[in-house]
Order: sequence, then C-alpha cells, then structure tokens
Amino acid sequence: MKKVIVFATLRESILDPQGVAVKGGLAQLGFTGVEEVRIGKRIELLVTDETTDMMVREMCERLLVNPVMEDYEFSIEEVASV
Amino acid sequence: MKFAVIVFPGSNCDLDMYHAVTDALGEEASYVFHTETSLDGFDAVLLPGGFSYGDYLRCGAIAQFSPIMEEVKRFATEGKPVLGVCNGFQVLVEAGLLPGVLLRNKELKFMCRTTRLKVANASTCFTSDYADGEVIDIPIAHGEGNYYCDDATYAMLKTHGQIAFTYVDNPNGSRGDIAGITNRTGNVLGMMPHPERAVEALLGSTDGLRLFTSLVKQGANHVKTTV
Repeated sequence: MKKVIVFATLRESILDPQGVAVKGGLAQLGFTGVEEVRIGKRIELLVTDETTDMMVREMCERLLVNPVMEDYEFSIEEVASV
Repeated sequence: MKFAVIVFPGSNCDLDMYHAVTDALGEEASYVFHTETSLDGFDAVLLPGGFSYGDYLRCGAIAQFSPIMEEVKRFATEGKPVLGVCNGFQVLVEAGLLPGVLLRNKELKFMCRTTRLKVANASTCFTSDYADGEVIDIPIAHGEGNYYCDDATYAMLKTHGQIAFTYVDNPNGSRGDIAGITNRTGNVLGMMPHPERAVEALLGSTDGLRLFTSLVKQGANHVKTTV
C-alpha cells in the first residue's frame, strides 16, 4: 500500500478571507509579526501499489482540487500492508 | 411547459422551485431524483439550492458526478434551458457548464436577505420579461457566493453578454458584482440569488416570477418555430 498526501491551497491570486480572519485572531493574541495566513486542505489517500503518479494527478484534477481556484501538490510514501 | 426539479441528497430549495413553477407560474413540474438518468419529456431543468452532499470537499463538487448530471449536460448541449440557483449554480460551475467558481463570502458570513439586482442582459431566454438595467429585489441565502474567475474569463463574459445579473450593493465580494451568468449560448443560467423565493407579494417580492415567465414565453416561441 501507498499513502498519498495531497495539499490543496487557494491560488496566489485569490484572496483567502479565512486566512485574513485568522491573521486578525493571531494579532489579537499579540502575534503581530504574522504577515500573511493562508489556509488549505490536506487530503490523505491509502492506495494500492499499482496507483501511479499520473492516476493521482487525474484524481486531483477531476475531483479533489478545483484548478480554477486551487493549486495542489502531493507526495507518495510506501506504507507496510495491513 | 414542463420543468424538471433535480433533487440531490441535501437539496433544500427543491420544494420552493416546485411551488414557484406549479402554484405561482401555473406550469407543470416534476421532481427528478439524482439517481435518474433521463430528462425525456421535460422542457427546462431547475437545479435548486441547498447543500448537495453536505457541501463536502467543495460546494457542488460531488453532485457533478450524480447519474442525472450526464443527462443535464446532454440537455444543455441541445440548447434547452437549465437554471441553477445558489447550490445549483455551484453545481453548474463544478460540472464545467459555466465558467468560474464560487468562493467563501468575503466577510465569511452566511447572508440571508433581500438584495437589489441589476438586470445586466435582458436578451437571454431567462430575462426577456425584464428591461435592461432594471433593478429588482431578489433574496440571497448563501455562505459561498463570491463569484471568481480569471481576467480572460471575465473579459469573455463581458464581451459575450454572459453577465445576466449584477448586485447593486455587492454583498459577498463577487468579481464585477456578478450575481448570475449564462454560458456562451445563453441557455444555461447560474445565479446565487433565489428567484423562486420572490414569486408572491406575500413573501416580499414578485420580481423573481418574470424569470420563469420569460422561460415560458421563449418555450412557446420555440414550439412555434419548430412546429
């Protein structure tokens, strides 16, 4: 088995209002050195060994990520079969 | 004229749509469940608001793979009218029937109130009973209605008259105050405000009814020209 970890983040050109609100919260706590906060998603998939990078990329582009608003990257690591 | 009201798990404005068509408009409507695969016999498709599939992953992201959506796409490519309201709009952009995406409202709040809309293009099959530039009252009820598209798409929307409605006072941060857009051919409309909730004076506004009467008129013309 392999573990795929997908990170989806809002594209640079898009304002992240959640991030802006969290930045305000941090400033409220006294962390005034925070320049920017951007919030994304981490998606974990447990897949069979036959799953290729290209298949993961297709999963991302067809469902897991909306390329109009999000960028993504993923990593694949081997895990011991259960 | 016969309207199909698509019902996804989590749709919650399907009854409002049905009521608007049958009681306020006086036309026929049927519910079509997401598992069905045929739209035979229908003249128009309505994708209602709600939280299809719990809005999991992204609003509208899972609904686009419902069995009925293949048929909705086919129906749309035949040039027949498809209207998506609120979550229905989100489903249409995720399904690629309309460009762009709906982001979280700029102020992060869920907003439920009447908004003033400007009719930006009164020559579509959904808006012909309005006048260009007319201001109408239609309620919104959404947390993710902040329309976004890239510069090239926005320019294309403007060039081809695809912006059907804009907000007079932008409530959610939408690009260019966009409240509703059509596809290039004008037979698919997605909008965040709810015209089906503005069809009776008792509920505060009847301005939404003309969207449906526009469709009925276009449908009648279509029958005349094809018979």
